[in-house]
Amino acid sequence: MSSTTGVRPAAETTGSRGPVSRRRRGSLTKRVFGKHPLGWLLSAPYLIFVIAVFAYPLVFAAYISLHDYFFSAPGATVDRPFTGIDNYVTALTDPRVLRSFGNVGIFLLINVPLTVVLSIVLASALNKVVHFRAFLRVSYYVPYVTASVAVVGVWLFLFNGGGLVNSLLGPLAPDPSWLINSAWAMPTIALFVTWKQLGFYILLYLAALQNVPKELYESASTDGAGAFRSFFSVTVPGVRPATVLVLLLATVTGANLFTEPYLLTGGGGPDGASASPVLIMYQQGIQQGKPGYAAAIGVVLVLFVLVLAFLQYRFASGKED
Amino acid sequence: MHRRTLIGMTALSAAALLALTACSGGGADNSDALTSRGDITIWYSNNEQEVAWGKAMVEAWNADHPDEQVKGQEIPAGKSSEEVIGAAITAGTAPCLVFNTAPSAVGQFEKQGGLVDLTTFKDGASYIEERSGDIADQYTSADGGYFQMPWKSNPVMIFYNKDMFAQAGLDAENPALSTYDEFLATSKILVDSGAAPFAIYPAPTSEFFQTQFDFLPLYAAETGGTGLVEDGKATFADEAGVDVATFWETLYTDGLAGKEQYQGDSFADAKAAMAIVGPWAISVYDGKVNWGSVPVPTKDGTAAEETYTFSDAKNVGLYTACKNQATAWDVLKFATSEEQDGQLLELTGQMPMRADLPAVYADYFAANPAYAQFGDQASRTIEVPAGSNTVEMLQDLRDVYTKAVISGDGDLTKALQDAADKVDALAAK
Repeated sequence: MSSTTGVRPAAETTGSRGPVSRRRRGSLTKRVFGKHPLGWLLSAPYLIFVIAVFAYPLVFAAYISLHDYFFSAPGATVDRPFTGIDNYVTALTDPRVLRSFGNVGIFLLINVPLTVVLSIVLASALNKVVHFRAFLRVSYYVPYVTASVAVVGVWLFLFNGGGLVNSLLGPLAPDPSWLINSAWAMPTIALFVTWKQLGFYILLYLAALQNVPKELYESASTDGAGAFRSFFSVTVPGVRPATVLVLLLATVTGANLFTEPYLLTGGGGPDGASASPVLIMYQQGIQQGKPGYAAAIGVVLVLFVLVLAFLQYRFASGKED
Repeated sequence: MHRRTLIGMTALSAAALLALTACSGGGADNSDALTSRGDITIWYSNNEQEVAWGKAMVEAWNADHPDEQVKGQEIPAGKSSEEVIGAAITAGTAPCLVFNTAPSAVGQFEKQGGLVDLTTFKDGASYIEERSGDIADQYTSADGGYFQMPWKSNPVMIFYNKDMFAQAGLDAENPALSTYDEFLATSKILVDSGAAPFAIYPAPTSEFFQTQFDFLPLYAAETGGTGLVEDGKATFADEAGVDVATFWETLYTDGLAGKEQYQGDSFADAKAAMAIVGPWAISVYDGKVNWGSVPVPTKDGTAAEETYTFSDAKNVGLYTACKNQATAWDVLKFATSEEQDGQLLELTGQMPMRADLPAVYADYFAANPAYAQFGDQASRTIEVPAGSNTVEMLQDLRDVYTKAVISGDGDLTKALQDAADKVDALAAK
């Protein structure tokens, strides 16, 4: 860039000021928008979408988390004093909030590994199936595209005291039953979400499996590897990028858990044992009119998820060095 | 590259700040709206009976007011009506009147600047107080204003399934349900005999509003009409509160009340022999359940004509987004006139919050004796605590209730006191 402007010094000193200022403007444009301003234009729709739907709400959430904020009618004169980190202090000392983070931690500990293991195993199996392939793929995908509201009723029927699961378990059934048992409510929700989301993650793995070279399996087979050995030595490393993606997506969606505790355990019961941070945010921000406090919980949740995602990316992607 | 990123981030931050500034900016000037007349929009509930009443009322008004036409709509769908209305207030798109404003949400709507104080109309306070009598006191704001028009109540009582009672060998016409001991003994017979899987099945879930259908009605009855908060202090950690909580805990511990969330109507589905519901349920259960109704129980038994309960009221709010508030006020008075209240009673079975209700509609109650008991009960109801923290107060109580009463975990007295301490702190704000 500097060489281009330096080849015609005479024009800058003897000619009119027009070309110089045009060149300076051009230089400023390039500095701001780079060598290909058209790229900005083409990506503008998505950029605007990201700013409007993600960046702005996030900045706004951080802003209102520092205020005694509430939503008001246009034109209403309201006082929303700056409160500093009061909302954060309240959130981080509120037993209900802390418990909700613990609950979601339990959820992630069950849901994420189970999702990864089941989806990779089932995707590998589906990849080898010859008959009914489309039928099986659709079968796994159906729960994912079905609204939680619709399937929650079925799970309530399955897991209630006199439900199918307890009938099968007989004396081994927990008392109180699954969804009203403090110890079992969150694991049951984790199981439900795993089942519901599995179809999506299976699809991701199925796509990734198409990129694992067949030759690797043939070589492994020539070296005497069985199916088990091939799975761990060829398939698992071969779909590692997909595994990182599944880990991240399952963590992010899991940390945002809301619908299931809202519907399946009737508002995070029993005694808050299945309350998630987002459910608490909903109660505080929407029902109780304290969006500032809810936003503080939300910002903490974002940081919590970012740390988790960073650790997963660092250690699961093979780039820890 | 780093520089470009920096510039980009600066631009983004500037845009965000501009947006934030825009958010806290001014808005429409509503000073003229109070006296302005013209077309208005109203929302009403989406149940079949209230839609029928709403349409008929709007049609009757429009026929006589060609220059002030009313457009009636069902409240848009959402998780709850309160959330939809709250969002509409924030967006400035609330209608002029909502004939389904929950008293528990009024404090927040008022704080949002979304509601018009009806006493700003010359005849506002007098109209409300003449129509509703003493019961209107429960709906005043802290400074004595009326940000809601007391409209209709659904005083909750105990519905019972006569066939199940008969099957259990109980007296189906005069059931022993007046005292806690009687209620528990009757419940045990119902379940032990196999007549019903559960005696009663109030929703055992954690939503704040469920308190209104188990603890609150019985507390109102036990105390003779004391609210959960009186004079800025929580009342429910007293002996009466402990007695009510102990009664419910016994029902849960003995397996007489269902602890699991039930999808559907446990009373209509014959999962429970009793339910706590208001008169709206009469038309719902008609032909499905052979039912009877009695007042909610108290520890030592209280005569029906002295028993209090929870109102389960829905009121009318006049919203500040309304451009023609003078018309809205007139429509509100028209919709709560003696004639329209009669129509409401006729079509929905819900009780207009009108002083001396049984006498005003004596013919209706004579022709519909099933509703007469509710008409009488409507004069002895209590409401949820007033103010902008109502929901949080109810949630605090619900949290300890689900733990100590439904799950039987912990000491009841301490649990109620813990909740009372939180409610006291909220009431002091």
